[in-house]
Formats: sequence, structure tokens, C-alpha cells
Amino acid sequence: MNLYFPKWRDNPVAAFIATFVVAAVLIALPFVVGQLGNAWVRALAFALLYVMLALGLNIVVGFAGLLDLGYIAFYAVGAYMYALLASPHLTSTFPAIAAMFPDGLHNSIWMVIPLGAALAALFGIMLGAPVLRLRGDYLAIVTLGFGEIIRIFMNNLNAPVNITNGPQGITLIDPITIGGVSLAKPVQVFGLTVPSVYLYYYFFLLLVIVTIVVCINLQNSRLGRAWMAIREDDLAAKAMGINVRNVKLLAFALGATFGGVAGAMFAAFQGFVSPESFSLMESIIVLAMVVLGGIGHIPGVILGAVLLAVFPEVLRHTVVPVQQALFGKVLIDAEVLRMLLYGLAMVLIMLYRPKGLWPAPDHGINPSERMGGGKGGKAAAAGA
Amino acid sequence: METFIQQIINGLVLGSLYSLIALGYTMVYGILNLINFAHGDVLMVGAMTALTVIVGLKGLYPDMPAWMLMAAGLLTAIPACVILSLVIERVAYRPLRNAPRLAPLITAIGVSIVIQTLGMIIWGRNYHTFPELIPTTTFDVGGATITLTKLLVIVLSAVLMVALMLLVNRTKLGRAMRATAENPRVAGLMGVNPNLVIAQTFAIGAALAAVAGVMIGATYSVVHFSMGFLPGLKAFTAAVLGGIGNIPGAMVGGLLLGLIEALGAGYIGDLTGGVLGSHYQDVFAFIILVAVLIFRPQGLLGERVADRA
Amino acid sequence: MLKVQGVNKRFGGLQALSNVGIEIERSQIYGLIGPNGAGKTTFFNVITGLYTPDSGSFELAGKTYSPSEVWKVAQAGIARTFQNIRLFPEMTALENVMVGRHVRTRAGALGAVLRLPSQRREEAQIKARAIELLEYVGIRKYADYQARTLAYGDQRRLEIARALATEPKLLALDEPAAGMNATEKLGLRKLLESIQADGVTILLIEHDVKLVMGLCNRVTVLDYGKVIAMGAPAEVQSNPAVIEAYLGAAHAPKGTEAA
Repeated sequence: MNLYFPKWRDNPVAAFIATFVVAAVLIALPFVVGQLGNAWVRALAFALLYVMLALGLNIVVGFAGLLDLGYIAFYAVGAYMYALLASPHLTSTFPAIAAMFPDGLHNSIWMVIPLGAALAALFGIMLGAPVLRLRGDYLAIVTLGFGEIIRIFMNNLNAPVNITNGPQGITLIDPITIGGVSLAKPVQVFGLTVPSVYLYYYFFLLLVIVTIVVCINLQNSRLGRAWMAIREDDLAAKAMGINVRNVKLLAFALGATFGGVAGAMFAAFQGFVSPESFSLMESIIVLAMVVLGGIGHIPGVILGAVLLAVFPEVLRHTVVPVQQALFGKVLIDAEVLRMLLYGLAMVLIMLYRPKGLWPAPDHGINPSERMGGGKGGKAAAAGA
Repeated sequence: METFIQQIINGLVLGSLYSLIALGYTMVYGILNLINFAHGDVLMVGAMTALTVIVGLKGLYPDMPAWMLMAAGLLTAIPACVILSLVIERVAYRPLRNAPRLAPLITAIGVSIVIQTLGMIIWGRNYHTFPELIPTTTFDVGGATITLTKLLVIVLSAVLMVALMLLVNRTKLGRAMRATAENPRVAGLMGVNPNLVIAQTFAIGAALAAVAGVMIGATYSVVHFSMGFLPGLKAFTAAVLGGIGNIPGAMVGGLLLGLIEALGAGYIGDLTGGVLGSHYQDVFAFIILVAVLIFRPQGLLGERVADRA
Repeated sequence: MLKVQGVNKRFGGLQALSNVGIEIERSQIYGLIGPNGAGKTTFFNVITGLYTPDSGSFELAGKTYSPSEVWKVAQAGIARTFQNIRLFPEMTALENVMVGRHVRTRAGALGAVLRLPSQRREEAQIKARAIELLEYVGIRKYADYQARTLAYGDQRRLEIARALATEPKLLALDEPAAGMNATEKLGLRKLLESIQADGVTILLIEHDVKLVMGLCNRVTVLDYGKVIAMGAPAEVQSNPAVIEAYLGAAHAPKGTEAA
């Protein structure tokens, strides 16, 4: 899987040291970056959410080979679910509910995460079931359509019954509370004050690690092989007895769960949700992270997500002053530049490095790529 | 009854526009099996170019007659779109002709984003008003009214579609296009230059989109950098509805989609007892898209796509 | 083992199969031959679920089955290979065969994610069996090679190994000897005979009449979608209708030795 990281089996000491170093860096990171201001740590926390999203989409696009242009719908579902279950919106809009929950609607994290995952999976199955047998680009367009349909509904379900509060969104969402400790307040650890945003960072980091482990396990399993087989040759996979339809649906639903959980976390972190955060552009950005990073390759996808999530922040802080210095005014504002660069990146990477920035290393032995003699000549001349 | 006729008229106008745009999608998909995501944005460039030229000329020559301004707008929009489209094809799509399906799709999306942001940079984020150049005469049709503009849209679109059908069925270029759409390799063996034919296909599609863009400006008066996205998506739906790759299909699909959308928007309030309002109009196109792809993926008139053995 | 009757299949204006049937006994090697375009692969595709027939009855090991879905047919016990070799090109040879084990194993998403001991045991078993099968067909040393880098003949063997991994009752091979030279064909013949000896029934489409005559216990000949002859190879060889169908073809049987 990962060429540069020493494998536990081969060299346990090196692996342990490498893991320790990486862990230390990740733990210290907010303190280092925080010197530049909390906004940067916030950016890191959002980047972690994007990593989760990208890994989830990677299951769908990378492992199973299904083009999903509406992935953000699952993020939206998770976010709104949490927003409804943990904010004053429902109690203030519906007296009946206010009566049932006199202390307001709050929900523990241990309920929210599984619920978010389950709801997203349900949507995944509902959306996926009718369309997964469509061929590549049609599937892409249909999922795009679904993503938009969900956003339109979120935007308009404020009449006649106000469920989503329309374009204004839902505010005053509870922060995450773990074991009585609210992540919205700073915490004292060994005399050190750890700000709220750092706490969220660590919590998301934990979720991301769990996500990575889950993805690796899925990849190296019977199911992962079935996905790869379907990706390579749908028909041959069927001929080997794989129920392609259900296996694809499983990929879709599993991918969706990560979206749903990330969405719930997003709602808690940001404190409010509105349909704006779940546009087509967001779906495309997450897809770009997967494809540009290295489709199907977990480390590549993480790289793609981090780059594409952090880069706009860097841009925002450099582009404006640079333009001011050079031209005396801002010609292109950061948002526009960001989108322009996303678009260019997508075109350029597909033209020049279509497998992504960090593609999976060659799978299996390919003798024609080995230097020198040996089996180089003979086995290379494959027929068909 | 007047509402009904009014909605039919609106539907025909909308449908004509969708058809013109859909033709671009369907012709390109028929030859390359590629969804040209950037097509809607080409339309936007056409509308905005025309806007700039018309407003510019009006400023320089305030007495220039309206028809001349309109003609100037069209005559600059069309070449602008054609050139843009050819550049896109050459730079972004041609190198990826033989790449796996995902690559051209991503590139097409990327191109679309780039054009939209460039549009944002050049013309700003604001919504611009398209100058009123066509006299606002209205005609009475069975109680409903139709403006001259809308009538012109329907007539002009029909004329262009007939011209296209003649081109495709009666000319050498048309034959070459049909042959390349069916089997590019064999067409090549018969002396057809596939690159040239593909370029010509893009060019024709772009020209139609340019006209559609200008007409959208003239009919609905508002143009802006992202005006191509939704019409583009809906036009693609129309193309699929009619049968992708099928030129008459795109025309039928476009008109049908326009009618369904107009009638749906007009009556949805009544249909759902007030639960869903007309802002759900856009959802129609998506629902039709999904439904067609699930139940009749070959469309109403059947697909015609390249045989990629 | 396999009993198929009355299969009709029409494609638009072409009647590809007319009342075709086949009856294969357990542990037989059964050949399906006929000139190009006779409908052999179409028939294959019908019994394995790729095409839906207009009519026909299908029975495998005494149980009726409906060839409606390809994967269900595989589950029921018919494994097939393809005329144009359809391996999973980027996966290794070992992984290709491991995919073949999918249909007889159970671990799902939960087992995978949690790495339950039952799942880990199953994975080890899958891998071991896959290696066994690679050994069986003779390409053990290419286990970790990407499937697309294997030599042509080895790719065919790999496809057979993968099909065997599904524990089929009937192994259906579509032109397994295509593109092979004489030595490779001999090796293939030996392999098929040992598969038969291990109790698997084999249905074979082949153009190499010599191979078919030597290897098969019984043969059916198709021409223009109809069965024109059926029986032991020697009988079929001397059947005038068969000779007529093949007249002019390069492989017309000329006093070939029967097995």
C-alpha cells in the first residue's frame, strides 16, 4: 500500500519510530500552527472533515469505480439531521415537540454518530438502488441531479411546514459534548489551556484515524476484492458469482455513512447549517480531492484532501496583499482565484498526471518494467 | 384556458431554447461519448459577448438601429463561441480521446469551472441586463399573449433546426458526421478526417449555443456568469430524453422538456394542494432525467452512439 | 448434470437459436462445435444468463434453474470462461483466483471492518485455496504477477483456475484453445482431463476439431442455430450433414484418430 512507510512486519522498530514521529507531529500541530492564529487551526479541523469526506467518496469512486457527483447530499443529510436533533429549531417551530422535550432538544454524541451514519446509509441505498446499473457518465449526471434535488429541498422545505428553515438555515446548534466535557469551551490540561478549536481538531483527528483503519480493512478484504473486480470487469465479476448490484449498493451506502458522520460533525463544529454549504461545487471539490490525490489510493486521497482544503486558506492570506502590493488593488479576489485554480488543476492533472499526484504503486509484479533480463522479455509479450 | 395556452407558449419558447442547446450536447456525445460539461458555459460566453458588443456599440453610436445592434451582437457571439469551443476541444478533450471514461469527465468539469470563473473575472459577479432591442409588440393567441421576442425565438429556432437537419442529411459534411458518429475508424478508412469532423461538430454546436445564449438574454433580460449551468444541465436532460446522439431526438426532447417544465410550474401548486410551489420547477428536469435514465435509457427516439468496440 | 431443452433465441430479424437442447452427464467432457456464426457462443450466453432466451427449460444437477442473472447461474454451479479472456487485468493472478472464491465465502463489510477472527480465518483459507488452484493449473510461480502481464496461454489457465475456484458443478469453456500452439493445446488437454478426473463436468466450445474429437466424450454440432448432429465424436465425424456444414473449412476432419 504505502511505499515509503516501513511496514510493521518487515521492520518493527522503524515502523514504531515512524508512527511515533507522525503521531507527535499531528498532536503538536495545532500548537505550532496556532501561533499564527486560531483561524489556521480551524482550517486544519475543516481539512480533517474533508479528509473524511474524501475517504468516503474514495470507497465509491476509487474502490468500486462508481462516479458520484452528488456526494455532498449525504454530508447535507448528516448535517441537517444533527441540526434538527440538537438545536432549538424544532422546539421553537412545533409546540408539540417543545412539549415533549421541555429542556430543548439535545443529543449525545454516542447517539448522533450512529444515527447519522444510519440515516446517510439509508439515503445511499434509496438513491443508489435505482441508478447503480447505469453506465459511467450517466451515473455521474444522475447523482449530480440527486445532489441538486436534495439541496433544493433543503432550501424550500420551509413552507408549508418549516422543517429546514429554508435559505436561512438552522442556527444555535449544540457543540459536541463528550462525557460531559463540551468541546466548545477550553480545557485545562497539565496547566496548559487548550482552546475549543484544538479540541475539535483532536476529536476529528480521532475520527479520521478510525476512518482510515476502516478503509484499509475494507480494501484488503473479500469485499474490497469484489469492488476491484467490478471496477476492472463488471461482466466477469458477475460470471464469478458476485452479486454486482448489491455489492455496488454496499459501496454507495458505506461511502454515504462517512459523509453523514462528517456532516453531523460539521454542523456541531460550525454551529449552523444552511443549504449554501452543500452546493454542487462542494461535491466537485470532494471529487477533485479524490481524483487529484490518487484515485483509489488511501494516502493519495488524504494528500489530495489536505492540499485542496488548506490551499485556499493560504491563498486567501497571500493573494490579497500581493495584489495590493503589485497592482494597488485587488483584481481577482481570493474566492474567484480559488475556483479558477480548482478548475485548472482538474484539467491539468487529467492531462498530465491522470492517475493523480500520489497514485497507487504498481500492483503486482510487472516484469516488462524491470530492468535487465530475467523474465523481462518472455512474460511481457501478453497476447490479447 | 388562457393559462393553459400561455403555459404552452412559454413551454415552446423554453423548449426551443433547450433544443438548440441540446443539439450541441447530443452531437458531441454521439461522436465522442463525452458529456461536454462546458457547453452551457459556452452559451454564457455567447450571451455576455453579445452584451458587451451591443452595450459598447450603443455607447459609441447611440443612434444605431436596434436590428443592427442585434446583428452585431450575434455576429460577434457566434465566432467567439466557435473559437472557444474549438480551443477547448483541441486542448482539453483531444489528448484524452482514448483515456478511461473518468478523465474526460473530470476535465470537462474543470473546463466548465475555468470558463465560469473567467466569466466572473471579466464580467463581474453581478447580474447584467440585456438591452431591449426587439420591439415589445404582443400578439393575442386565444386569450394568451405572446411577445414578438418569444415568437422570434420559436421561429428562429425552428429555422435553425431545419437547417441543421438539411445539413446533416443532405450534405457531404452531414454524411461525414453521421459516419463518424457510427464508427470513427471505418469512417476514417473511407477518407473522412475524424479530427476535422469532430471540430466541425463542436463548431456547429457552439454556434447554436451562441444563438441560444443571445436569445435567452433577449427573452429573459438577465445575463450573468453562471447563466449557463442550469440551462446546460436541463438541455442535457432533454438530449437524453430524446435519445442521446440522436439529432431529431434532441429537438423533440428539448420541446417536450420545455412544455413539461412550463406546464408543471404553472400547475404544480394545484397539483400538490399548495404543498410544493413553483420554485420546485428545476426539480422537474432532474426528476425527468432520473426517470428516463432508469426506465428508458435509450430515450424516446433511441440512442445513436459511436460503436466503441 | 445439465439438461437444456427447446432453447429459442431471436435477435431482431435473426433466429440465432432454434430449438436447441443439450444433455450432459456427470463428469463428461461435452463438446459444442459448429462453423462460425452457428450460435455456439449465443447458446453459451443463454445458459449462463447473459442473454434471456425466448423459450427453453434448464436443469442443473436435477434442479431447475432460470438463467436470468449471470451471478445466480454462477452461484448455482456453472462457471464459465470467455472467448476473449476476461481476467481482471490489474489484479495479480492470485487475486484473480481469490475473487473466484467470492461466491462460496461469506465475510461481509462488518467482518472486514472489524477483522473478526472468523473473517481472518476465511481470508487465510481463500488465499490457500487460490494458491492450490494456481498450482493445479501450473502457474503457481506467477501468483504475484499482474494478470495482464502473463503470457497468453498462462492467461487462459488463470481464467480456468479462477472458474474452478467457484467450485462449479459444470465448467463451461468458450474456445479455451484459441490462439494456442500444438504444445500448449496438449497441455490444455491434459489439464482438462485431470479436471474431469476430479469430478467436474466440462462443456467446451471449440473450433479445433482434432482437439474436440480426441478429448470429448460426446459432441453436439450446431449450424445456423440448429442442432444438426449429436453423439460420440466418431459418429458425428462421419455424419454427412456435419461434413457438409464444414465442407471447405480448413479443419475438415480427415480420418483423425478418435480418443
